[in-house]
Amino acid sequence: MPRIAAPWTTERSLLTRSEEETDQSFGHKPEERPYPDLVRFGVINLDKPPGPSSHEVAAWVRRIMQVKHAGHGGTLEASEA
Amino acid sequence: MTGILPVALEDATKVVQPLLAAGKEYVCIMKIHADMPESRVREVLEEFQGKIYQRPPVRASVRRRVRVRKVYYLEVPEVLGRDALFKIGCEAGTYIRKLCHDIGEVLGCGAHMHELRRTRAGPFTEDEGNVTLHDVSYLYSKWQETGDESLLRSFILPMEKALGLLPKVYVRDSAVDALCHGAHLTAPGVTSLETGIESGRELAMFTLKGEAVALGTATASTEEILKASHGIMVRNERVLMPRGTYPRLWRSKRQK
Repeated sequence: MPRIAAPWTTERSLLTRSEEETDQSFGHKPEERPYPDLVRFGVINLDKPPGPSSHEVAAWVRRIMQVKHAGHGGTLEASEA
Repeated sequence: MTGILPVALEDATKVVQPLLAAGKEYVCIMKIHADMPESRVREVLEEFQGKIYQRPPVRASVRRRVRVRKVYYLEVPEVLGRDALFKIGCEAGTYIRKLCHDIGEVLGCGAHMHELRRTRAGPFTEDEGNVTLHDVSYLYSKWQETGDESLLRSFILPMEKALGLLPKVYVRDSAVDALCHGAHLTAPGVTSLETGIESGRELAMFTLKGEAVALGTATASTEEILKASHGIMVRNERVLMPRGTYPRLWRSKRQK
């Protein structure tokens, strides 16, 4: 059975079409986004606890963080725990 | 089930779509319903790599037709009596519960999934900034008390992190706001791009500072985009950056 490479093993390099500079008077490097944009464009790498559904967990994050929207990226089943 | 569950906040929820479609990795404990020689168990597990067939379970909110899924790898660190521990890397929408059931069918005696933990969802792994709900609650209230933003940064990652597995195209400052208004990306707007882009491939467009601007589909390959002087190179499918973040340096067709 031929092996299919996992997408996270793909190696890519960057090729330049044209050398350009960016103006520092607008925009931010993502790691330097100030609050509130830091939250507004943020993602949490959450370790889901056993028990609740992924939907419930997202709802908890929404309440804790006091945000209007929180969406999860792929269901993990709830358990009967 | 436990494990990696990326949670996108507010406007970052726009990056959930590529995440749902991204590959996953799990660690699973499977219980076999009879005594089987370890060599036979390993032999059968080996067969479930590459392309497999699956029909989604009743509880899934998806059409229940038989479909092909890719299993990138299936490593078996341990077989102990009737328990098998394995690590599996697979395409989105692969039901591990069903996989265990099917493995049991091939073994002849039956088997079921006992425990599952997700160790990867797209670019998210247990290594970087992985936090529990308790951590989130604690760090958030500490930030509210002290106002120290680094506390927020210790568990909130920029949404760009979710796009880690998509090929990247970088655009010049003057092209950014047009993209934010839904314009497609033309050749002159491209400054650099990653290798391996093919026409029809989904990718992400970034500013030179690394900010995500939009998601789109390539209409040309990396080589073609490098050589082109004009024309649409990427069809803009999903704007991620708000309008006005970068200055408006374009004219609509009417204003000339």
